[in-house]
Amino acid sequence: MKKLAGRNEPYVFLVLFALCLLIEFRSGQFFSSNNLVDIASALIVPGLFAIGTFLVIISGGIDVSFPALASLSVYATTKYLLDIEYQGGIILPIVIALAIGALLGAFNGLFIGYFRLPALIVTLGSSSVFKGIMQGALNSKQLTIIPIGMRTWGTTALFTARNPVSGLTSRMPVAFIVFLIVLGFVFFLMRYTMFGRSIYAIGGSETSAHRAGFNVIRTKMIMYIMVGMIASLAGVIRVCMMQQAHPTNMLGMEMNIIAGVVLGGTAITGGRGTLLGCMLGTLLIVIVENSLILLGIPTSWKSVFTGALIIIGTGVSAYQVILMNRIKKTKLLVKEAV
Amino acid sequence: MMVSTPTSPIQKFQQMYRNDRHLWRLILMIAIWMLFMAITRFNRFYTMINFQTMAAQFPEFGLMSLGVMLCMITGGIDLSVVGVANLTSILMAFILINLTTASGGLPGYAIPLVFLLAILLGAAFGLFNGLLVSKFHIPPILATMGSGELFTGICLAITNGNAVSKFSRTYANTINNRLFDLIPVQLIFFIVMAVVIWFLLSKTVFGTKLYLLGTSETAAKFSGLNNTRLILQTYMLSAICAALGGMIMLANYNSARADYGTVYTLQCVLIVVLGGVNPVGGKGRISGVVLAIILLRLLETGLNRFPKISSYYISLIWGGVLILVMVLNYFTENNHAFSRLARRNK
Repeated sequence: MKKLAGRNEPYVFLVLFALCLLIEFRSGQFFSSNNLVDIASALIVPGLFAIGTFLVIISGGIDVSFPALASLSVYATTKYLLDIEYQGGIILPIVIALAIGALLGAFNGLFIGYFRLPALIVTLGSSSVFKGIMQGALNSKQLTIIPIGMRTWGTTALFTARNPVSGLTSRMPVAFIVFLIVLGFVFFLMRYTMFGRSIYAIGGSETSAHRAGFNVIRTKMIMYIMVGMIASLAGVIRVCMMQQAHPTNMLGMEMNIIAGVVLGGTAITGGRGTLLGCMLGTLLIVIVENSLILLGIPTSWKSVFTGALIIIGTGVSAYQVILMNRIKKTKLLVKEAV
Repeated sequence: MMVSTPTSPIQKFQQMYRNDRHLWRLILMIAIWMLFMAITRFNRFYTMINFQTMAAQFPEFGLMSLGVMLCMITGGIDLSVVGVANLTSILMAFILINLTTASGGLPGYAIPLVFLLAILLGAAFGLFNGLLVSKFHIPPILATMGSGELFTGICLAITNGNAVSKFSRTYANTINNRLFDLIPVQLIFFIVMAVVIWFLLSKTVFGTKLYLLGTSETAAKFSGLNNTRLILQTYMLSAICAALGGMIMLANYNSARADYGTVYTLQCVLIVVLGGVNPVGGKGRISGVVLAIILLRLLETGLNRFPKISSYYISLIWGGVLILVMVLNYFTENNHAFSRLARRNK
């Protein structure tokens, strides 16, 4: 219990639970099957982005380029497949998008890892570059038709949930399985492999990690390539679910995703945080964004709530750190006095 | 180490270059771009009206960049500038609507009044940011991101996302005016603010304290500086700059809206970093930032003179320039370190 109290996840979970109960009491619609399915399918894309952002923040960096990266790779993929009049399944689009994502991720990794430039600046610059390539060189427009393989995959449902009261039905997209696979993979990676441990080590202290024998440059390079691939995957899923490719639709998501990850207890300075907390924080943001309407609050208040959530959430965890330091100090003083 | 006294003008210039490579690199880039424009589009670029338009456009994000620069010198960052600017301009737009007379004019005291109120409001928002950073010890990037979201949220909630206009045109006409038919009024705001900040940074103790705080918070604390107060003052100053930027936006668009200028958040950070301010803190000059602002405006306006090139390429060039400058800095600084090491080994 003591071990749990010092961590952020239980608090986030409690807040989440309280919010769910509040919505349930106010509307009686929250725990209905179709609302839960709706929230799960709304979690897929932000969840994938959050996994990528989580990796970057753990390593001590920060990534603001993933929406631009995802937009560019998925737009290029869709455009190319439309041009060659591709009729096949979903595998080829995902493979192409992953390849482009890996390339763009390597671009970030090169400057952050090899040249040791600050991650915030590099990703600011690269998001600008990606946007420029997409809107300038590819002359992006909204694509209302997407290849047939992507369209059918986006509408295929694992199961459908039907609300007996309102009669509304919600589909659980197949993409949810993809999300779970990525989540499981990254969980395994961070917990049981040397690679995951080295990401934590680099975030804790880059110099120490280097002295301890970790190859910092290579780890960062591989990590940014992975993050690029995860972001592209999220982009493909989003386009499939929306049934159209809108080039600028995803831009501007970065702040909320980072907020969710940090709310879940990941230290913005790196080296500390769990995937569970990251998912809880993201879920909290997703629920606030999607369910305020059930509370009877107009959607124009959405940003007020997210902003307040970020400030209160980060404030509480920052205050905890101060308190813990103070307790340690007094304990030390007591020891010295004895 | 001995300081060699410059003898010939060439040596003098070399030393000037060595003292501030980054600044000279920016000047060189501006010069090359101006030369390029002179060769390709002389008649359409080098006109009085073109330069006046540019001078009227950049103060809105220029002012915000000055605020971000101050925060970055202390080792923080301010991502709430656009939120502050929009909230101020929306609230002031409501006051202007109330002040508008039946004939569509404004009473004489209206414009000074709204500017005074805007500065006060900016200071209040900045105080909020500063408290979050200094008292609650929230990392600045998160604190200002959250407050920026909060301010934007309040804007959305009170306007429902609609534009606030229908106030007297007198306001926009006054700010869009040109002094002596030559200098845009917006530019004067920018120059005044830039001079004030330059004075604060390089001629007062406050500036020296800011650089010390940015270099090492612990050192600043043990030197007897009141870090809390310094941080509060910095964020207040930043938000005042942002609020003034918002007032200029209000004049340029003749309306206020919650989602005006959303691209400016990251653009300001880009400008400040391009201007040679170290995001870790403790380093940076206002001259570099002003040059970066001018470079951005020249690039963007110049590119608009080529109708065949999509204006979206500007973001590609902008990001490319940023990364290029950082890589160049990396190489020159490494050479520096390398040569120093070699000297020591001798």
